[in-house]
Amino acid sequence: MDALDLSRWQFGITTVYHFIFVPITIGLSALVAGLQTAWVRTGKETYLRATRFWGKLFLINFAIGVVTGIVQEFQFGMNWSAYSRFVGDIFGAPLAIEGLLAFFLESTFLGLWIFGWDRLPKRVHLATIWIASIGTMMSAYFILAANSWMQHPVGWTMGDGRAELTSIGAVLTNSTTLVTFPHTITACFLTAGALLLAVSAWHLRRGNQDDVFRPSLRLGAWVVLIAGLGVLITGDLQARVMTEQQPMKMAAAEALYENTSSASFSIFTVGSLDGSEELYSVRIPSLLSFMATGSPSGEVEGINDLQASYQQEYGEGDYVPNVPVTYWSFRLMIGFGALAMVIAAAALWFTRGTRSPRSRWLWIAAVGTVAMPLLSNSFGWIFTEMGRQPWTVFGLFKTAESGSPSVSTGEAATGLIVLTVLYGILAVIEIGLFLKYASAGAPVIAPETDEADKPLAFAY
Amino acid sequence: MELTTVWFILIGVLWAGYFLLEGFDFGVGILLPVLGRDDRSRRLAINTIGPVWDANEVWVLVAGGATFAAFPEWYATLFSGFFLPLLLILVALIVRGLAFEYRGKRPSAAWKRGWDLAIFWGSLIPAILWGVAFANILRGVPIDSSHEYVGGFVNLLNPYALLGGLTTLALFTLHGAVFLALKTDGPMRTEAGRLAERLSLVAVPVAAAFLIWTGIDNLDGFGIALSVSAALTLVGSVVLTRARREGWAFASTGATIVLAVAALFVTLFPDVMPSTIDGAYSLTVTNASSTPYTLTVMTWVAAAFTPIVLLYQGWTYWVFRKRLKLSDIPG
Ligand code: HDD
Ligand code: HEM
Ligand code: HEM
Repeated sequence: MDALDLSRWQFGITTVYHFIFVPITIGLSALVAGLQTAWVRTGKETYLRATRFWGKLFLINFAIGVVTGIVQEFQFGMNWSAYSRFVGDIFGAPLAIEGLLAFFLESTFLGLWIFGWDRLPKRVHLATIWIASIGTMMSAYFILAANSWMQHPVGWTMGDGRAELTSIGAVLTNSTTLVTFPHTITACFLTAGALLLAVSAWHLRRGNQDDVFRPSLRLGAWVVLIAGLGVLITGDLQARVMTEQQPMKMAAAEALYENTSSASFSIFTVGSLDGSEELYSVRIPSLLSFMATGSPSGEVEGINDLQASYQQEYGEGDYVPNVPVTYWSFRLMIGFGALAMVIAAAALWFTRGTRSPRSRWLWIAAVGTVAMPLLSNSFGWIFTEMGRQPWTVFGLFKTAESGSPSVSTGEAATGLIVLTVLYGILAVIEIGLFLKYASAGAPVIAPETDEADKPLAFAY
Repeated sequence: MELTTVWFILIGVLWAGYFLLEGFDFGVGILLPVLGRDDRSRRLAINTIGPVWDANEVWVLVAGGATFAAFPEWYATLFSGFFLPLLLILVALIVRGLAFEYRGKRPSAAWKRGWDLAIFWGSLIPAILWGVAFANILRGVPIDSSHEYVGGFVNLLNPYALLGGLTTLALFTLHGAVFLALKTDGPMRTEAGRLAERLSLVAVPVAAAFLIWTGIDNLDGFGIALSVSAALTLVGSVVLTRARREGWAFASTGATIVLAVAALFVTLFPDVMPSTIDGAYSLTVTNASSTPYTLTVMTWVAAAFTPIVLLYQGWTYWVFRKRLKLSDIPG
């Protein structure tokens, strides 16, 4: 493996890892803010206990989201210096704006939220978590704008050996960003909803703290369903934009080799994906054409035709991404999300009124829901990024040219190994803590005392 | 003023802000084994920086992002050239950030001891390496005609750079001790003050040696004036610490750090990363910069939002202005 391959593995591993925690941060910060708002409005203690409980899990997750984000910010320069030189004039701007507008907001106001429980007036304290939550979404917008520019470059011109910005407005309102942002944010809510559902199910099964966990379970399940619907709708929009902008990605997603009208969508295929033979597949007629073009009879371009036309446009080369990965990651993204929604619907049905299901399998499924959106998210990104190959910036700049010439294979290997091992250890620590605090249940709220000299309620 | 100059200054301001703020929380981390005799006093020290360390760290993220946006060549050469030191800094910042959040989350003594070590090393390593990195930038490194760093790792560990690392280490540790004296009450306050006095016996000569070496290498009137002011405020902080004027002492160590960064940037200008192979290969504010359009956009963004950031960060320090004492820390 050369330095470039090692850097690609490092980027893939660290980014997928970062994005395990990101959706939980984005979704859960808003849900915690909602619960705290319910407490401030109604004064009901169960809401306060729920806020504290989910807030603690949120913070355990947030810490690791932050520290893995630092790696993201640095590695463009460390491992992808040629890329950074080529796109810096454009790509750097959203990244810097993200820091100035979003990261400062998130980190400062979360500090205020964690330590401000007994220092700030109730409503001001409530505002701090809302502001932090808005910060996480702003951060998502700018980073997705940066990423969308790689998928579909707009507002640029070719300068002296590099891409140069001509319109920041075009970059921030890229059609790709406008569909990617709602898809990602709804996916984040789906993720956080599934977390609520799973942890609550674990407690309800044991008959723990029904007063806190029954409402949390139902809240989580509703969030999964509503956000899931949003993910579906926005995903459909995204598929259309993508087919227009990166038809090769859609062709690879379906392993469709020849141009086809009324193309069917295969849910499942056994066979060789080089298109030579298909042993078995389950297909929905015309669905692919509908997803890609909005019309059941529309024509979808195939890999072979696209490869030929790209060779004419960009010169000799292989413009086909890894088809098995693209094909399966697309299906797994959709599949795991759909499964989470089915379980959420079942959970709502079986817990309606004051009912509680007896079936052990139902509970196990409910607890297992937590993993599904996490898998969907990872597969979604793997699909988006690997389906773009061989480009880092579509049509402009190839992955093969993007690496750092001054980074040796040894250095790149050190980076990959050190970060992977460290992330592995942190995963064990994080999961351990998460399970400990998730299973501990909601805290009992101590009565307020008025002593002037009482210890701080929230200290590290 | 040229926009490239404006952005050179702004990046200097971001690094100065980073070292001013994260400098003291690195210092607190480094002093943890010395001032934190038992678990409770360690927690007291950590809680003085609890609400703010994360926001302090964002200064470096914005400095990095702003360098990417305004001087992409500088960002690319610097980050790929200093690969291994930056990797070490990343590891340090990762374990340190988690340590603050996680150390109190299990009762076991071994768990806490582990995270205490992470806080110590995670603060010590970047406190040294940032100094090493900046001293190397100032001294110049081998950069070839295509702006690639060709020096290798060992080349970064020259005596001048190591002295730079010792200087930031000494300054941040002192800054942290003064901060603890300012933010705590009771025995910790007295001990931190006494420790600050002793630390200044190291910090003053080390910093002076570094400034003199820098002055000999890069004679420049304005740079020297700033260096001398940095030295004076450092000596001033010693006097103020003695007099138990903690607020003023902290302002002085802060001024030292800001003036030192200013001296560094002034000396560097108009280069951003001088090449030791050939002056023509040096990265400068002009050949490393983004287009005027991008710089204009970024200037508007910075002008609109920096004041807001300063306001709410300032407000945080106001909210948590009270000194902490042992009895504030739950048993
Ligand atoms: C869709 C959202 C999203 C995506 C695609 C990414 N991030 Fe992220 N990032 C966030 C959403 C987010 C967040 C919600 O704002 C986080 C997650 C946990 C957190 O603490 O903030 C965060 C944290 C975070 C931090 C720490 C901020 C702090 O100290 O408060 C940095 C430096 C980055 N990210 C940088 C990146 C980079 C350079 C990415 C691209 C490769 C990236 N993130 C992908
Ligand atoms: C703004 C956000 C992002 C940017 C700017 C970005 C940029 C990049 C770059 C420069 C590469 C290296 C080229 C390559 O190896 O293919 C890459 C690869 C990759 N990225 Fe992204 N990425 C972003 C977000 C994400 C996220 C959030 C994920 C997943 C959670 C992700 C997953 C991947 C994967 C899996 C690869 C490896 C693909 C491969 O090596 O073939 N990316 N991305
Ligand atoms: C019917 C269901 C879905 C459809 C049609 C769909 C469609 C898409 C498409 C077309 C992309 C790639 C966009 C591009 O490369 O330009 C994508 C990416 C992605 N998907 Fe989905 N998706 C669905 C369900 C889900 C679910 C359930 C989740 C997670 C819970 C999810 C999370 C993601 C993520 C995180 C990405 C990468 C970021 C992005 O490009 O937006 N998707 N999806």
